[in-house]
Amino acid sequence: MTSIATFRGATREFRFPQGLGVVLLLLALVAFGGWRYEGFLGSYNVLSVLRYSSMFALVSLGMCFVIMTGGIDLSVGSVAALGSVVSAMLSPYGLLPGLAGGLLVGAAAGAINGLIITRLKILPFIATLAVMLAASGTALLLAGNQSVSVSYETAFMTLGQGDLLAPLRPEWIDAEDANWFAGPLGLLFGFPTPAWIALAAYVLGAIVMRWRAFGRHVLAVGGGEEAALLMGLPVGRTVFIVYLISGSLAGLAGVILAAQFGAGQPVEGAGWELFAIASVVVGGTLLTGGKGSIVATLAGSLLLGLIYTILNFENGMGWISLSAYWQSVVRGAFLLVVVIVQASFMKNTKS
Amino acid sequence: MDTASQVPLLSMQGIDKSFGGVPALTGASLEVAPAEVMALIGQNGAGKSTMIKILNGAVASDGGAITFAGAPWTANSPQAAQRGGISTIFQEINLIAFRSVTENIYLGREIKSRFGFLDWRAMHEGARGLLARFDVFVDVREPLMNFSTAIRQMVAIARAVSFEARLVIMDEPTSSLDEAEVQILFQTIRQLKAQGVAVVFVSHKLDELYAVCDRVTIMRDGRTVAVANMADMGKLQLVAAMLGRDLAEIRKAGSTAFGEGGQAIGGELLATSGLAVGRRVQSADIAVRSGEIVGLAGLLGSGRSETARAVFGAEPHRAGEVRFAGRKADFASPREAIAAGLGFCTEDRKIDGIVPEMSVRENMTLALLPALARSGIVDEARQAEIVKRFITEIGIKCSSPEQKIRELSGGNQQKVLLARWLCMDPKLLILDEPTRGIDVGAKAEIQRLIRSFAERGLGVLMISSELEEIVEGADRVFVLREGRTVEEFDKDQISESALMNAMAHGGDADATSPKGAAFV
Ligand SMILES: Nc1ncnc2c1ncn2[C@@H]1O[C@H](COP(=O)(O)OP(=O)(O)OP(=O)(O)O)[C@@H](O)[C@H]1O
Ligand SMILES: [Mg+2]
Repeated sequence: MTSIATFRGATREFRFPQGLGVVLLLLALVAFGGWRYEGFLGSYNVLSVLRYSSMFALVSLGMCFVIMTGGIDLSVGSVAALGSVVSAMLSPYGLLPGLAGGLLVGAAAGAINGLIITRLKILPFIATLAVMLAASGTALLLAGNQSVSVSYETAFMTLGQGDLLAPLRPEWIDAEDANWFAGPLGLLFGFPTPAWIALAAYVLGAIVMRWRAFGRHVLAVGGGEEAALLMGLPVGRTVFIVYLISGSLAGLAGVILAAQFGAGQPVEGAGWELFAIASVVVGGTLLTGGKGSIVATLAGSLLLGLIYTILNFENGMGWISLSAYWQSVVRGAFLLVVVIVQASFMKNTKS
Repeated sequence: MDTASQVPLLSMQGIDKSFGGVPALTGASLEVAPAEVMALIGQNGAGKSTMIKILNGAVASDGGAITFAGAPWTANSPQAAQRGGISTIFQEINLIAFRSVTENIYLGREIKSRFGFLDWRAMHEGARGLLARFDVFVDVREPLMNFSTAIRQMVAIARAVSFEARLVIMDEPTSSLDEAEVQILFQTIRQLKAQGVAVVFVSHKLDELYAVCDRVTIMRDGRTVAVANMADMGKLQLVAAMLGRDLAEIRKAGSTAFGEGGQAIGGELLATSGLAVGRRVQSADIAVRSGEIVGLAGLLGSGRSETARAVFGAEPHRAGEVRFAGRKADFASPREAIAAGLGFCTEDRKIDGIVPEMSVRENMTLALLPALARSGIVDEARQAEIVKRFITEIGIKCSSPEQKIRELSGGNQQKVLLARWLCMDPKLLILDEPTRGIDVGAKAEIQRLIRSFAERGLGVLMISSELEEIVEGADRVFVLREGRTVEEFDKDQISESALMNAMAHGGDADATSPKGAAFV
């Protein structure tokens, strides 16, 4: 009896590890910036980029979950705006009420998305578009069409402006004659609170994807809903939870937005959904679902943030002067290039 | 041993089902004994798939009684059926291509360690163990899409078995396998049987049934018309029972219906030289004359479909030349090829072919529409006439031309697709597996149809994994092996053994090694 070990099957070829490309690109861009611009790798710049990027990283994470199921969530931007308004209004009561308020209002929006999509069988594009408009309107109504100041009396602000480990910072780090690891330690103790939050969310997300049944179900639903149903997977519940996650993370991003800029911003968040989709796609996640990477999404969102920073530095060098509009054009072009490169990699590794 | 006298594992009696008033099943029955392999056969639309869907809960029956393992059977979904011990492997394999082999086996009932974390090691090990029971040894962490259809099917079976299934249903499992893969599947079925699992096996390839099946249940027009021991039924008897015709009448007709083909063969229509496509096809040289049926043979992966797609302009070629009707014809798109008089009936009807929500009429005349329209307005009278003619000519079983094509049985969908191209009146028609999933009766009709169109001057390029079809149908055969044309046979040189030898060894220095050695 012949065994099938030699039977035509797995073709062992070199396969481009998913997400490695974007991580390499990110490192290359960091190296380029460090070489070209003074202060680019200085802790001040690094930490402020991280502080600012954390909001976008959070909505991108939620978007990644949604897209892996083959869906889309257009409402994240205005849900974040709504979250920022609600948390700003609750900030006088303290850090926790503010945080919980933003999170809960985001979760509620996500739950509505999830219910419309799974129960009423409305396409995600339409459902989340409706919620996007509704959330935006609600934010404007609550805020009375202006930004809502955050209370400086409570600890709420630290969610955006604080550094989690700052109270533990040893004094010798900042001494003149500090030894070589003062630098890295400085980064650690100066690591912004919102970046810690985003980092924790990503670690949690990566664990869920790899080690929890739910994570595998997300990919299974995106890879073939019909097949997933026939396999007896809880398809509806999985899709619902994915939108719940996306909404909650958008709410959380809103909390950070309010805390960072000292005000709830009812008109912020426009275009965030596009940024998030772009980050996910740059990270190599398929828009049709079924395949994706959390780590690569983080790299993707940092990458897009970094391009913005680099353009700013370039402006600062004084040779060229790009307006904000031109920056958008450059980012768009870059996105296109990355997606095309990804697509050709996909093609080569497939057949 | 007479399996029929045992207490049956499964008994379906008096099953009725109609779709929108049209009966699909009337009093159909099916009995399966423990550890028995039961063949279920019948013409396209006889109701085999419907019977299976009722059993696994995908469709509710209108009446009848089902008992399984001594108790009434009430599964109302495929999942419930699975839990109850009946697993189905569907006509189109329902797994998730992006996910790993392990996941495809364990999704939905993952092995977890403490705190609900996935135990990948245990799952990989379990998957390896399950597949090893069928002598399949692959890297279970690889995504399923990296594997051949046969391996995917084996994974589907492993999944089915891992549910401790006592009955596994396979609806046309062999329709997309090559012969070597079919042998592996049969070995799997025998192993299932040895492990005490019963199997219901649906197939249109009657020869296969003798290799694995103990008994056969024959359906016709929604009824069960015969149940017999496989060994007691000759192939012609099977066909006679399926079609409801006389044995003598069938005997006369021969096993394929291409007939003699003494028609006049005309001038050269298509010729390729040194065609190279993608990674697989290195140098394909084929030629078709008008009025000629040319077979393109080769093992799975030898580049047959790619070559055909390149000729049709559906895929660019790296090198080489295509000539059509005496002129250089490197079609850049199928649109150009169609305009020049080519037609292409693809092998995968679900992906490339049908538009499920459209009617039979619309599906059939999709490619013809531009020709039917005069200044943008479709000549509906002519359209209706053409559709009617082909429905009767090919024998498409549908309630009306307006029925949605997805409601048709698999074989009838295939016929509509074929009609789509035939009604265009092309000069050259490329057929990729034209009779896959089609019952013997309809197969004969289609083969006869192909021949009659060839007699009227149509050139046909036919890809088929069924050697019999090529041997009896083709006037000339080109054999591809690893992307190269390795041999050309004229009508009087064609034989199954010669083809098999060329497919497996053609182009090698030792092309004379024993025939068919690659199939074991
Ligand atoms: N959902 C449906 N709606 C309407 N008619 C249907 C539906 N499903 C099946 N039918 C009809 O029921 C009949 C039996 O179909 P079924 O798919 O069971 O045939 P089959 O024996 O499996 O044929 P094949 O060999 O071609 O797969 C056909 O006439 C078909 O058109
Ligand atoms: Mg069927």
